[in-house]
Amino acid sequence: MEFSLNSPILFIIVGAILLLVTAQSVFFLVRAWKAGVEMGISKTKLRKTVISSAIFTIAPAVSILMGVIVLSKKLGLALPWLRLSVIGALTYELTAAENAANAAGTSLSDSATAVNGEQFLNIAIVMTLGIIVGLVLVPILCKRIQGGMDKMKKKDTKWGEIVTNALFMGMVSAFLGLIFCDISTGLSGWIKVFVMLVSAVCMALMGLLMKITKWQWLNDYALPICMLIGMASAIPITNWIG
Amino acid sequence: MKKRPYEEQIHIDGRVWGAIAGVAICAFPLLVAIIYQLKPDWGVVLKGLIGVAPIFWTVGLIEVFTYIPMLGAGSSYLAFVTGNITNLKAPCAMNAMENAEVKPGSKEGEIISTIAVATSSIVTILIIALGVLMIVPLTPVLESPTLTPAFDNILPALFGALGVVYISRNWKLAIAPVSVMLAIYIILPMLGVQGLDGLVGIFVPVGAIIAIAVARVLYKKGKI
Repeated sequence: MEFSLNSPILFIIVGAILLLVTAQSVFFLVRAWKAGVEMGISKTKLRKTVISSAIFTIAPAVSILMGVIVLSKKLGLALPWLRLSVIGALTYELTAAENAANAAGTSLSDSATAVNGEQFLNIAIVMTLGIIVGLVLVPILCKRIQGGMDKMKKKDTKWGEIVTNALFMGMVSAFLGLIFCDISTGLSGWIKVFVMLVSAVCMALMGLLMKITKWQWLNDYALPICMLIGMASAIPITNWIG
Repeated sequence: MKKRPYEEQIHIDGRVWGAIAGVAICAFPLLVAIIYQLKPDWGVVLKGLIGVAPIFWTVGLIEVFTYIPMLGAGSSYLAFVTGNITNLKAPCAMNAMENAEVKPGSKEGEIISTIAVATSSIVTILIIALGVLMIVPLTPVLESPTLTPAFDNILPALFGALGVVYISRNWKLAIAPVSVMLAIYIILPMLGVQGLDGLVGIFVPVGAIIAIAVARVLYKKGKI
């Protein structure tokens, strides 16, 4: 069969893999829901978690879709569709694809020439193996790591909770730092900082609003609303100082 | 047959589904090779892997140790299959646990986090699938110069809002890691160090270790 980047057979394979991963997600959702009900968590709380998580996901998912569009110009649609729907993240997939394309003697920016079958295969293997480590290690280490955390919490519950909070803080602090990494490039490097500030002020105002009005329902939507306002603010901010 | 408790069963389910998903994901290049009768050039593959594996295998290893205690078992098994952990699944789970007023690492936290990550995974797969179906009309809209800045700034918008919640609640824990990270990300680019955005996965545990060290001192002194 002659190779084509957008051959229907590639879409069928990707569709089948994604159906399987969706089935896994549904399985975990149902299992956790049932366990939650048995544990005494109210169905309202579980339903709210589903709805707010779904709303929260929309904007980031659309930005991931933009990554699919970027990669599709060189690699066709099927491979980027698969890669950005499972395992990886945009930063990884773009780097991996560019590295693999360079090794195969081409470049992602050269969208005028399509990759041939062999180049496509080499790129697909590099993108698959380059980030396989998490998928392999989690089944081996998850129970042990959780066991360690449980032991720590049994020994000293408060300290166990502080460690979990500290891990969250590690993630938040690294990403807050990242926002400042372009400020030495001039005023345009501050765009991310201003967007972050708009979003932060919005969240603080939401907190205040919830306190004053006692609108607890707002709690479930505050983060996605502030994220969208922050993203929207990037448009005039970029126009002014970009 | 006696029913296993959730916290035991989830490890069995996670391993089985992880193995199935792993085989399925690796099957893509294999099927391409079989169907089109292509042979990989292992020299090219090795050259490509040398460019990405040292960094991303290290990041992957670090992420396993960082995110499992944060997210819990069920959501970790799922998040490491469905990906986009730092930019989507972990913040989504954090937000869900915060809203549901459950503690990360508790039994309730495990349930809420798993439901959040599963929902987020399903919605992401659906949105990307819809986007792929509608790629022709969507491309000019998503790539329009008007909308591009909004999507370029999704992480600042997300972590600005998230930062307010977590820093205001744990400000004593936050001061040291946030200061160090700001110093790293402001000073190193001034010294000509480039590509720091790709290393954020490595800086997450650095921030966490600093926060844990400070927390230990404060805890021993009875200040937190």
